[in-house]
Amino acid sequence: MPLPRLIPCLDVAEGRVVKGVNFKDLRDVGDPVELGAAYSDAGADELVFLDITATLDRRAAAVATAARVAERVTIPFTFGGGIRTVDDACAVLEAGADKVSVNSAALARPELIEELAAALGSQAVVVAIDTEDGRVHSHSATRAADRDTLEWARECEERGAGELLVTSIDRDGTRNGYDTGLLAAIADAVRLPVIASGGAGSAQHVADALDVADAALLASILHEDPERLVSLRGELKELGVCLR
Amino acid sequence: MSKTVAICRYGAGNVRSVKLAFTRLGAELIDDVEAADLAVLPGVGAARSAMAGLEERGLVDVLRARTKPTLGICLGLQLALESSEEDGGVDGLGIVPGRAVRLRDGRIPRIGWAHVEPEHEAYWFAHSYVAESPAVTATSEGLAAIVEHGAFTGVQFHPEKSGPAGQRFLEQCLSRA
Repeated sequence: MPLPRLIPCLDVAEGRVVKGVNFKDLRDVGDPVELGAAYSDAGADELVFLDITATLDRRAAAVATAARVAERVTIPFTFGGGIRTVDDACAVLEAGADKVSVNSAALARPELIEELAAALGSQAVVVAIDTEDGRVHSHSATRAADRDTLEWARECEERGAGELLVTSIDRDGTRNGYDTGLLAAIADAVRLPVIASGGAGSAQHVADALDVADAALLASILHEDPERLVSLRGELKELGVCLR
Repeated sequence: MSKTVAICRYGAGNVRSVKLAFTRLGAELIDDVEAADLAVLPGVGAARSAMAGLEERGLVDVLRARTKPTLGICLGLQLALESSEEDGGVDGLGIVPGRAVRLRDGRIPRIGWAHVEPEHEAYWFAHSYVAESPAVTATSEGLAAIVEHGAFTGVQFHPEKSGPAGQRFLEQCLSRA
């Protein structure tokens, strides 16, 4: 098995890193290139950029951001948000991203996963699953889709997904710990790597998630502060987690 | 004088990171795969469409005929072999003896940082197939990480995405070209 991964997640709108609660009251917290490079220097294993740009020309904004990040950052990064077609995905990969993450678009039209895998290879296709009480939600967790979480996870694998990014909606932002039961159930249901998301409040939480998942997405726990990643890595190593 | 590097274009994927890495190293990027001091076969897409893309662009014979160094990255390594199990079986370029087989153990795709021995340096991997070849010169968790055969070097990992360690690896490739 490759080493457990720590993946800082940055929300991006109109080419800036933003922070807000439930996509409201967004505040500018920095430049994606500067912050991405700082996380890379601080020991991030890869990065995820989630584009929450609300304007019509999302693709152009995403491509521009991916292109700027690739010029500075020499670790892998995933781009998510607004990817609806193979053309969208190709555009951000050609700009320098390594993977795309899809969520609502795959729920609306699951064939998209197959199309992306055929065009880009499975390793470039992350399916994000937002889940609560065993059901999948879409559209930034505002709508419940009529799907069982484990069934959807298996379907994603069959259709050619390369990784699953699993967010427990009820844990997200709580800092009460990842939902390790859910993560273990998904890791048992598929052979794909699983990225844990939602609920990290302490190094112990991250260590617990990495016991059952291959990677941990880090959002609010980092406070947009690369120094926190340095200290977190140190704490995880003391807990016996073997990091890069 | 700076070395010339030609990066094969044959499909959709992140080739820009490879270009940026060689640009940082001061290489001159050119289009002529035949003439370049170093040719790079990056990995984009899946085996069948990739081979079709190489044929379409007339790169199959050019790559086979090269006597100067060629670097294959990820799928680019696998395409250089005689065949691949991917997509129901695909003939490769046959530059390097061996074949690409589907990974059997662990999570698939195999994604993440893993050490390469004997250097004991961690690089970024993202693959579902792996080389079985007598030309393997370095491994990662028992799997082929580097193959070297004649003027061809293939790496299963992505040096262009492996931070400073990857940059050092590419620098060595360039200095030997």
